[in-house]
Amino acid sequence: MTDTSNLDTLETEVKGQIEDATDEAALDAVRVSALGKKGSVSLMMRELGKMSPEERQVMGPALNGLKSRLNDAIEARKAELEARALDAALASETVDVTLPVRPEPQGSLHPITQVMEELAVIFADMGFAVAEGPDVEDDFHNFTALNFPPGHPARDTQDTFFMQPDADGERKVLRTHTSPVQIRTMLEGKTPIRIIAPGRVYRCDWDQTHTPMFHQVEGLVIDRETHMGHLKGCLLDFIAAFFETDEVEARFRPHHFPFTEPSAEMDVRYERVGEAVKVGSGDKWMEILGCGMVHPNVIRNCGLDPDEYQGFAFGMGVDRLAMLKYGAPDLRDFFNSDARWLGHYGFSPLLQANLATGLS
Amino acid sequence: MKFPLSWLKYHLETDASLDAIAEAMTMAGLEIEHIDNPLEKFADFSVCHVIEAVPHPDADKLKVCRVATKDGEKQIVCGAPNARTGMYAVYAPLGTYIPGLDFALDRKPRKIRGVESHGMMCSAKELELGEDHDGIIDLPEPFEVGTPAVVALGMDDPVIDFEVTPNRPDWLGVRGIARDLAATGIGTLKTHDIDDIPGRFPCPVDIELDWPEACPVYAGRVIRGVKNGESPDWLKRALKAIGLRPINFLADITNMISYDRCRPMHVYDLARLSGPVRVRRGQGEADRFEALDNREYVPGEDQCVIADDTHCLGFGGIIGGTLSGVSEETTDVFIESAWFDPAITRATAKATGIDSDAKYRFERGVDPASVRAGIEQATELVLKFCGGEASETVVAGQTPAAPADIEFPLTEVKRLTGLDLPREEIVRILETLGFAPKGEGDVVTVGVPTWRMDCTQKADLVEEVARIHGYDKLAAVSMPRPPVRREAPATPMQLRARYARRALAGRGYAETVTWSFCEKSQAALFGGHGEGLELDNPISSELDVMRPTALIHLLTALQANADRGQQDPRLFEVGPVYLTDAPDGQRLAATGVRRIEAGRHWTGTRVPDVFDAKADALAALAAAGAPVDSLQVAAEAREWWHPGRSGVLRLGPKNVMAEFGEIHPGILKALDIDGRVLAFEAVLDNIPLPRKATGLKARPQLERADLTPVRRDFAFLLDKSVPAETLIRAARGADKALIADVSVFDVYDGKGVPEGQVSLAIEVTLQPRGRTLTDEEIDAVASGIVSKVEKATGGTLRG
Repeated sequence: MTDTSNLDTLETEVKGQIEDATDEAALDAVRVSALGKKGSVSLMMRELGKMSPEERQVMGPALNGLKSRLNDAIEARKAELEARALDAALASETVDVTLPVRPEPQGSLHPITQVMEELAVIFADMGFAVAEGPDVEDDFHNFTALNFPPGHPARDTQDTFFMQPDADGERKVLRTHTSPVQIRTMLEGKTPIRIIAPGRVYRCDWDQTHTPMFHQVEGLVIDRETHMGHLKGCLLDFIAAFFETDEVEARFRPHHFPFTEPSAEMDVRYERVGEAVKVGSGDKWMEILGCGMVHPNVIRNCGLDPDEYQGFAFGMGVDRLAMLKYGAPDLRDFFNSDARWLGHYGFSPLLQANLATGLS
Repeated sequence: MKFPLSWLKYHLETDASLDAIAEAMTMAGLEIEHIDNPLEKFADFSVCHVIEAVPHPDADKLKVCRVATKDGEKQIVCGAPNARTGMYAVYAPLGTYIPGLDFALDRKPRKIRGVESHGMMCSAKELELGEDHDGIIDLPEPFEVGTPAVVALGMDDPVIDFEVTPNRPDWLGVRGIARDLAATGIGTLKTHDIDDIPGRFPCPVDIELDWPEACPVYAGRVIRGVKNGESPDWLKRALKAIGLRPINFLADITNMISYDRCRPMHVYDLARLSGPVRVRRGQGEADRFEALDNREYVPGEDQCVIADDTHCLGFGGIIGGTLSGVSEETTDVFIESAWFDPAITRATAKATGIDSDAKYRFERGVDPASVRAGIEQATELVLKFCGGEASETVVAGQTPAAPADIEFPLTEVKRLTGLDLPREEIVRILETLGFAPKGEGDVVTVGVPTWRMDCTQKADLVEEVARIHGYDKLAAVSMPRPPVRREAPATPMQLRARYARRALAGRGYAETVTWSFCEKSQAALFGGHGEGLELDNPISSELDVMRPTALIHLLTALQANADRGQQDPRLFEVGPVYLTDAPDGQRLAATGVRRIEAGRHWTGTRVPDVFDAKADALAALAAAGAPVDSLQVAAEAREWWHPGRSGVLRLGPKNVMAEFGEIHPGILKALDIDGRVLAFEAVLDNIPLPRKATGLKARPQLERADLTPVRRDFAFLLDKSVPAETLIRAARGADKALIADVSVFDVYDGKGVPEGQVSLAIEVTLQPRGRTLTDEEIDAVASGIVSKVEKATGGTLRG
């Protein structure tokens, strides 16, 4: 019984059944009928023991080969059926991917916040820390210590908001500038000092370019060697860094502030490009900040000796810087909470101004 | 302060152009506000010559003129009655803007009744150079054709307007401006010495100074037999250029000197005076008088008045009275030149609300040495233009002391500015400004001129030297980096604000900035404004107290956005709120608002609720570094929150870090806000400071549990009044080592749950460490959880 032709017939037959099986159950039935304990191939393998060694030598490998080929065919068919079943299942799960996603509102940071963070970065690089102070101030910190003598006409220029007088007749003020933070910092007595002090300030004025509340940043350096050339260098470096240009042309011109001596204002060149303002070049000058060497009286008022300590201070409008850099034309919009404006002029919370990746 | 260029040139010898003078002013600290230059403004208008004027063939009132212009011969049709052959007139070419008519001529010639007209000849009114519009300008003498019209009309004087800083009253006189400009090197200061004019008779008016603090020195003299009247053209033109209305010569002359030398004076009609002129305190009702502004005043005892025996004649240094004012009929005058104290002048002006050129000068500080010179200058002009005979000058009182000398080490210039200037340059600058440096050493003694009372110390002199030498010559030096390693400069509060902002913006809120002040009645809805925080002079009655919360503006802004049709606007602000007027009475709050608005979407609709607000509050606090896992939640929000849908997040029983929930509908109604609103307010100051990190930033070793966590579910029936937080805490506390997490996965109060109770289902995660848990151990923990929860909540395990 060494004729393997009936094996070929069997193989053809079973393979046909495998092909015909249309689901896993049918395929399994084929497997059992051929390779199961009582399957046709298994039964033939049982016969091997009864064969002569010669016969076995022929039929053994033939049967093993058959078994292995049928197994492979079953596995292949099984994989095919599984893939088909998955395809069918997935086809039934189809959705229209062009439908819109669930809305996720986009939040934003206010341009004033952004500019304040930019200021902090630029000045931190020059060794300045950020200091803060209260909005409701007393006369001493807002005026007297800053060398505005009581009753001096310079106080008129400040459009001060006053609180109602207290029981002792004292009237607190809303700080008209961030300069009181200078005084508070100097009074702490730790020198050398390099700070910027950003924050809210208040003046009784309201039109397209003035709001009763706005933001200023104050700078203060106190040590034993900083002079007006450093002031100029520091501010030129700042302007270049802030407006992100090497071409800033700026000029220093004398001015008067009670708390600095000598005092100056700084103008930068600008031109109008359509509605926007381009800072740095052009044929017009725009005043952007006031500054000067800290007045000896102020240094004295803070308990330091002006013959020993010296330094500079400067102050500028944060909102104005934001308007210039980011092209928002009307200051009043900064405080209107119009979601459309906030979305348009606001910044992504993922943006963090820094020297490595840029300011904005 | 305005002045015409010609007036400056009366004091300053210079060939410099207007632009160069403006630049020199700017760089010396006299900030130009505006320059009105007629040559520029009227550049299009020039002299023309009418070669021939003949009647228009087709119109009675028109003439056709052949006109020689700067553009060649033109045919111009003119309707002016005075147009005639041979006249010199003012020509405007086609396309010119005519200010008095506020329109521009067509660029192409127009036909007027069939005759082309190539331009226009103008009247004074059409140029806004005068009122005359009866005919075109008819120049009285021949000018070269093409001469600028304003030159031919003698109206080409530019007027410069600049800002006078409060420290420089001397710039309120043109001579003071000229002196600073001379120092810059652009010209030289002309000498205009004022000589004393001897009197012909003793002054008949006595002067008594009863209040020397207010008026320490007073000069007066009488001039008899003057003929007052209209001022000469040059004076009227000068006054008009600086914006003053000419009145009569005697009044005009004092105004002129006020602007020429910053020396205000007053002229009284001698016929109206009785007895000595007295400078004294006001005496209330008895001193009631009508001032030259036609208003009545009642001078108080802190106010300085000039009075005679019967009347108050005016406020000293501020304004005179109508009673003794000069008129066209005045023949005998008494001239006053005095010095009034700046502070008293200012206080009086503030109390009365009077603003005058005299007050503006005296409150800033007039040169005390100009008392005598002023009266002599006025006398000279009165005698010259009005005739008359002057008395002797009487000077009562004492001139205030001149400013003290300043010991000035020349090295101060370099110390404060970095400018390394030679001694000669420093001395030259100081001397041309009128200072008197004395001595040869490194320290010079500098005498300060009487008009520079602002200069009291070394730094003031440094400014003078640097300012005149030129700030443009300051070498810019970059700030040297500090040599030591620096800590990151941001403070913990700054970092909190920064992170809270980003967390909220990341959750879909737009950051806004709103006013620190709000309306008192609205603040009252939120607990009221803090003590001492009501403004005395609010900019509007809607912004009259410091805000106790940012919610007010955020809520109204939310409504405004909704009114504009914005869908689901979400706003937040990280900004101050004010509790008291003390330096530590301010807090930094992160506050956010959104509407309860169901967004329509094909995937389904979710209505935001109090738990969204709670999540936002927690997110802000977590970002700001608050220990959110340790926070307790309690339904204890204040009365402007919905009583059943709000809560607080607090650390321990007292430290409330945030409130969240729905805003009370009653509050929304009071603020005119539609619908419902979710909000939160987290006070960033209330977060405890983290312990200061010491040493390395390395973190403790990670303990990673290798064993699979075990999860068990429990459901409890609780009374509805029991907070879920109580149950969660009890469960968590049953075995702190083993229980890693307790989460609520179901809250149910429907069928099967008794009335007034709620079924709360929790999943407890047990994290075994070291070895797996036996069933007995798990059961033990489970029963521990049940008994703890039942004890804490009074509830029962649901079967």
